[in-house]
Amino acid sequence: MAPITLVEAVNMALARALAEDDDVVILGQDVGVDGGVFRATLGLLDRFGPERVVDTPIAEQLITGMAIGMAAEGLRPVIEMQFSGFAYTCIDQMLNHAGRMRHRTQGRLSCPMVLRTPCGAGIHPPEHHSESPEGMFAHIPGVRVVYPSSPSRAYGLLLAAIADPDPVIFLEPTRLYRLFKEDVPDDGKPLPLDTCFTLREGSDVTLVTWGAMVRETLQAAERLEQEGITADVIDVATLRPLDMDTILASVAKTGRCVIVTEAVRSGGVAAEIAAHLAEHGLLSLFAPVMRVASYDIVVPLSRLEGRYMPDTERVVSTVRKCLAFG
Amino acid sequence: MPVVSRFEIESRQYLDEQGRACGAMPECARDLATLTELYRQMVLARSFDQKMLALQRTGQLGTFASGVGKEAIDVGVVSAMKPEDALLVTYRETTAQLARGVSLLELLIYWGGDERGSNFAVPRGDYPVCITIASHCCHAVGAAYAFKYRKQPRVAVCMLGDGATSKGEFYEAMNGAGIWRLPIVFVVTNNQWAISVPRAAQTAAQTLAQKAIAAGIPGIQVDGNDVVAVRDVALEAMERARSGGGPALIEALSYRLADHTTADDASRYRSADEVVAAWKREPIGRLRNYLLAQGAWSRPEEEALLKSCSEQIQAATQAYLAHPPPQPAQMFDHLHAVLPAAWAWQREEALDGSSHDGSDHTR
Repeated sequence: MAPITLVEAVNMALARALAEDDDVVILGQDVGVDGGVFRATLGLLDRFGPERVVDTPIAEQLITGMAIGMAAEGLRPVIEMQFSGFAYTCIDQMLNHAGRMRHRTQGRLSCPMVLRTPCGAGIHPPEHHSESPEGMFAHIPGVRVVYPSSPSRAYGLLLAAIADPDPVIFLEPTRLYRLFKEDVPDDGKPLPLDTCFTLREGSDVTLVTWGAMVRETLQAAERLEQEGITADVIDVATLRPLDMDTILASVAKTGRCVIVTEAVRSGGVAAEIAAHLAEHGLLSLFAPVMRVASYDIVVPLSRLEGRYMPDTERVVSTVRKCLAFG
Repeated sequence: MPVVSRFEIESRQYLDEQGRACGAMPECARDLATLTELYRQMVLARSFDQKMLALQRTGQLGTFASGVGKEAIDVGVVSAMKPEDALLVTYRETTAQLARGVSLLELLIYWGGDERGSNFAVPRGDYPVCITIASHCCHAVGAAYAFKYRKQPRVAVCMLGDGATSKGEFYEAMNGAGIWRLPIVFVVTNNQWAISVPRAAQTAAQTLAQKAIAAGIPGIQVDGNDVVAVRDVALEAMERARSGGGPALIEALSYRLADHTTADDASRYRSADEVVAAWKREPIGRLRNYLLAQGAWSRPEEEALLKSCSEQIQAATQAYLAHPPPQPAQMFDHLHAVLPAAWAWQREEALDGSSHDGSDHTR
């Protein structure tokens, strides 16, 4: 078994789901003949046919609304939005229908669909291709938001998302699509949703992050270890609902917490985690909860991208500040 | 220069405003038993509509969107459907839901502000009322895709209003339905008003039916106050869709005889004269005149029907007023298949009314 990239792991999970369940249907722009603009659906059309791997017109609301109707009829549609910056027109459908179908019919109809979309900056693309809208999506009742950060977690969490009886927005870190490889057995085993993954254990500080920023955060933890500072690194993975038990247990151990996010600083998942820590972890804390985030600005075009997103250095310096407190 | 495309929009009507045949009647008009049944449905719906308004005005029902004036469209379209088809409606299609088998009590529960009203016993596959304009057009495409994918001879019927034809989702849905040649019938009730915006301010298009042409699907206009014409075009479109012939759009001309909803006052933006004139074209009297002339209906039957409607509505209203109120658990128990553990405490708090929120540091 050769190691595979994150995007290959997505492809492997999609193929697995299609092979195991006739109700799984993939829809999106260019997902068929082209195999997706990132090749996440490469080869699936040939293997499963045009009824199950469906090239759609460029109509995001149609794709999303269609998935809702298909899901209500018992299919398990998996739709692809080419970039999260193009997914905003779907929020109406996700918020007003996908997340409400089960509730508003009191269980008579449901919406087992997955909306996949590449997410985040750092690949030097044109405008609207670098957004981190997870906080917006994580505000939608009835919808799960999942954001893997490695090939193995992309495989296991995507299988779990497709099997879930309710709608899931599945964000894929564009920057990590081909950045590194892992051995991922094609065993069809889902990973648990609604659960954080502790990637590294330490005793001095808890670093909480998700998506592509997991990489910078792990690098920061390695550098800090050379200085004798050890960190728990937690990949949140499911942003809605939040597994605060894991984060609170870690902070009870370390007494300090730095949250790292590529999203704009205000009003997001990082703020939500910090609020939980203030409510339920206050007596464990030796220092204020600190955030390393992108600025509250429009994502710049590629030349300034590196100055917008947090980098390893910003994580390290914030951890130092957190440790120096009190 | 060559002309690369031409189109025509047919407009169909069989009964004039007095209920007289305008010309040769269609095949379906011979079935007087069905027309009589449709008449009964329309009268029940009209009576129920009046009751809903009365209940709202006396504080016993939430905001309600009256469907008065469009009964022929609703019952005519539903009469062409099979039980296993799927109906997707807006808030103004209470009559269509009734005709599909949703009960008076369930409709009262829904408009009384309780989700249990959308968990109707029949038909289990119909969709809940769609409030956000035209968004359900895309759901209908998905449902129709599922029918075709599973090789089931079922049709998705999507009802919307004239205002909805200005929305992107309507165009996206028709476009998709055309591409995959799906079994779907879009029915636009053109009642001339989208709250306060008249049809003339909604689009420069001469008809709404012609909007189908751009999606490569047939569009037809029909007198929506003529139940024979509505049933005729609906049967045609449904049969074509069911047999693999693809989607269609029906524009049914009518008039919104009531305010937009009970929260609206239409006298702010349209004249009383216009409404009075529209009442002369309403569908129920027209059909009654036709059935009377055909000998298919009588005054005693009319009296018996009105009495029966009144009794049914009275019984449903009593049951509604006695219906146990929803409990707070209902807000949580169908959010997901299983409530995520993270929110279990919120359900507890909602149930017992005490605070389990962030002020409890020991949680």
